Amino acid sequence: MKATSLLYLDGVSVTFDGFKALNELSLTIAPGEMRAIIGPNGAGKTTMMDVITGKTKPDRGEIYFDGAIDLTGEDEASIAEIGIGRKFQKPTVFESHTVRDNLELALKAPRGPFATLFHVISGRETKRIDDLLGLIRLSDRKHELAANLSHGQKQWLEIGMLLAQDPKLLLVDEPAAGMTDAETAETAELLKDIAQDHSVVVVEHDMEFVRSLGVRVTVLHEGSVLAEGSLDHVSANERVVEVYLGR
Amino acid sequence: MMTSFLFRAMDARAGVFLAIMAAVIILVPAGNLLVPHGSPFHVPTYAVTLMGKYLTYALLALAVDLVWGYCGILSLGHAAFFALGGYAMGMYLMRQIGTRGVYGDPTLPDFMVFLNWQELPWYWYGFDMFWFAALMVLLVPGLIAFVFGWFAFRSRVTGVYLSIITQALTYALLLAFFRNDMGFGGNNGLTDFKDILGFDIQADTTRAGLFAASGLALVLSYMICRSITRSKLGKVLVAVRDAESRIRFLGYRVEHYKLFVWTLSAMMAGVAGALYVPQVGIINPGEFAPANSIEVVIWVAVGGRGTLVGAVLGAVLVNFAKTWFTAALPEIWLFALGGLFVFVTLFLPKGILGTLNDGWSALRQRRNSSGQEDGTGGPRPQAKQSEDAPASTPPPVPAMSRAGASHPQPAE
Repeated sequence: MKATSLLYLDGVSVTFDGFKALNELSLTIAPGEMRAIIGPNGAGKTTMMDVITGKTKPDRGEIYFDGAIDLTGEDEASIAEIGIGRKFQKPTVFESHTVRDNLELALKAPRGPFATLFHVISGRETKRIDDLLGLIRLSDRKHELAANLSHGQKQWLEIGMLLAQDPKLLLVDEPAAGMTDAETAETAELLKDIAQDHSVVVVEHDMEFVRSLGVRVTVLHEGSVLAEGSLDHVSANERVVEVYLGR
Repeated sequence: MMTSFLFRAMDARAGVFLAIMAAVIILVPAGNLLVPHGSPFHVPTYAVTLMGKYLTYALLALAVDLVWGYCGILSLGHAAFFALGGYAMGMYLMRQIGTRGVYGDPTLPDFMVFLNWQELPWYWYGFDMFWFAALMVLLVPGLIAFVFGWFAFRSRVTGVYLSIITQALTYALLLAFFRNDMGFGGNNGLTDFKDILGFDIQADTTRAGLFAASGLALVLSYMICRSITRSKLGKVLVAVRDAESRIRFLGYRVEHYKLFVWTLSAMMAGVAGALYVPQVGIINPGEFAPANSIEVVIWVAVGGRGTLVGAVLGAVLVNFAKTWFTAALPEIWLFALGGLFVFVTLFLPKGILGTLNDGWSALRQRRNSSGQEDGTGGPRPQAKQSEDAPASTPPPVPAMSRAGASHPQPAE
């Protein structure tokens, strides 16, 4: 199981001041898989992302990437270099940079200070940035500051930055939050496109959105997995209905 | 690689700055040496030295702007690096005195003879050679900054906590350099210099030469800073300043970037100090005083942080005001300085240059969009910042994207 998986979590626990944010969480993502993670507020979805990306260190449990790489000892930068990209719940782009510069910073390239100091942008990189701009529909705003984008456009820019990193695994936290229905539908299409050649983990509240992705769903509750399967399968589960509707 | 690196620094703004600096570097010494006394264009020697001092302050401000304006590291201890560079130069100048000192000892500086020291401490070796002293001017501040930054940035000390420990750093050095047994002249510091590289330090030509050297050091450092801030590294720095935790998730090691600019900035401050000491003729522990470092931050804030030229402008303007005030109304200078800082913080949060930039780009935007009546061309505070301030100067906004700005913005 561990050897063939892309991401493997086993018995991961995190406690904040006595509050068990993750409680013996075990989860496996196969290479090329797209997985949706749902769960009520406080279920541990964001903490799970924090633990995978090195922001929070787990108290117990193991996390392996690509079957062999132990992530628990690594920091954010090296985990990003290993190939895990993350989009935050609240869109976080570099507001005093232009849209284009945001993508340039994210683009897969050597990350050391001396490499960036003498970096001269190549034609291949320019083309890649232009392609991404087209994909996220921001071509005509590429010279504008990211601060001037609308909320939905910032979400898209962040997805673009994620793609520019070209990670093996994308962790996408609430990509449709604050979007209009039309934008939500487009975002679902975009994620499905991305999932063709990347593994993707999507955390989302919006059930319609999860349905439109049409993928395997994991339900988290109180820091551990409550149910797993297709959306219809998990929504038929009594426990899931119970935690969603309250007891 | 190097040429393309420095070439990146050049554009119209850099050109204006370089032209002004070239004029200053040539005209001030010429006005002192070539124009006869009595002519209205004659520049007196004291003025050359005073302006030379301003230029070294400007270099120090530039160093602070690089770390504060672009990387968000508010250093309240940069005067320490300035003073360390100054001490390295002072040690060279002391060893040049030779037998001309009061006690006439060929190797020991006067204060060591006075303290009954029999031989030169090991850390004074080599300072009789200029190249060695010049190397130490860079290495000592650089090394201390590197070690300090290594621990501080790796432990992710940021914001006000970092500012406080930089104050502690300069204060600790102040106390250490006050001690006579440190071997740096204690309270009195190093003074009574005679010559530098064989030239009489009091001569008009030497003064003019030091002025020109300060100007050249400022120009060179400006070019280096600008090449950095306009490179991809500069963009990473601004990203660190604005969203430090986010850039880590892109795979950038924030601590390496901070360490790089921090060390470079300390070395620039050291050079500034080394040029300052022969012009003012003394270096003592007072240069480590915490208030000095805070004053530098005020210069940068007044000029406009994150603009480089603004730091130079702020340093020169505030110090000119200081010279004038301390002569005319000495007792109110500190109140004036404090008042200036409050005024700038409240009314010119981007400093003089930042505010001018805003006005200029608002004007340009209005002119560009005068044909469009849809009201998109109105000044928008966020947009204008890009025109100059932080990392990049984006190419002029094409008409297309301005039209794009008028699209309905969904999901706000």
